[in-house]
Amino acid sequence: MGFLGLGLMGFGGVLPLSRRMLVEKRQWVSAAEFTELLAICQILPGGNICNLAVAVGMRFYGVSGAMAALVGLVAVPTVALIALGTVYDRYHAIPAVQHAFAGLSATASGLLVAMAFKMAKPLRAKRIDAGIAVATFAVVGVIQAPLLWVMGVAIPLSVWVMARKR
Amino acid sequence: MATPWELFTLFAELSLLAFGGANSVLPEMHHRIVDLHHWMTSETFSALYALAQAAPGPNVMAVTLIGWHLAGPQGALAATFGMIGPPALITGLSLGVLHRFRDAPWQRRVKAGLVPLTVGLIAASALQLSEAADHSWIAVAMTLVAAAVIVSGRLHPLLVLAVGTGIGYLVF
Repeated sequence: MGFLGLGLMGFGGVLPLSRRMLVEKRQWVSAAEFTELLAICQILPGGNICNLAVAVGMRFYGVSGAMAALVGLVAVPTVALIALGTVYDRYHAIPAVQHAFAGLSATASGLLVAMAFKMAKPLRAKRIDAGIAVATFAVVGVIQAPLLWVMGVAIPLSVWVMARKR
Repeated sequence: MATPWELFTLFAELSLLAFGGANSVLPEMHHRIVDLHHWMTSETFSALYALAQAAPGPNVMAVTLIGWHLAGPQGALAATFGMIGPPALITGLSLGVLHRFRDAPWQRRVKAGLVPLTVGLIAASALQLSEAADHSWIAVAMTLVAAAVIVSGRLHPLLVLAVGTGIGYLVF
């Protein structure tokens, strides 16, 4: 399965790669179908790419296809992460390694800041969307309210507000 | 110490709230693992997350590394299954219906409602992780410079991480 290759290559986000692989190289799904399936995955909880693997696998080979796609997607990363984890557990007490990790951590949170920035950019022109995003950020990031309650209230509220807007 | 079952149930619960992927639930994950259960320090949490960023694979697999660190091979498996299993099950079960009604207006409305929420959640995660990782002004500056470089799109994220690791080794 091609998802094995995807798991292998997906440094820091597999989504653009998965499109190239599924649509352009293997031609398992058309560009339109890819967009449709991805849209469905985005309204479901969980990693989009994992859900996409399930969706594509399911459409072609049913349950076994979904499982094969998912296993293919996570197999190589699991091995890589366990190798990294072993190295971390063994050497993280050494001061020089700790300093290197402090640098890695600071930079990795920069990646997340960049991701938030890129996602927020298209919302700038839309006041209601931006308001919802800022409110969510304040409640979860600053006040640190329990996520279960926040999502229980925020999802219906946000969907209702956005539906009324149109 | 965490048992595999505790890890499985924790991540299974988080996975069902993870609209927009694992990065959306980082603050809650950090809160549970560091503040509530005291399974690891804030620094270890951010170090493990950072390490997972530097590895191949989907973002949700940061939990594999956390599970491995807390409870070995069984912990890694339990955390991964917990984080991936429930959403996969939901996707598998609902795909048929959702695909049949893919042009229904309510699907677009749900998505329109979720997008700004996800943006807010990712921003909250960015703040949370920066707080955990940045204990000095140099670290804060590194976070900001890394973010700016990534947004500009000039360097590959993996290269940025490597440079950050090198600077950490030399400067801290």
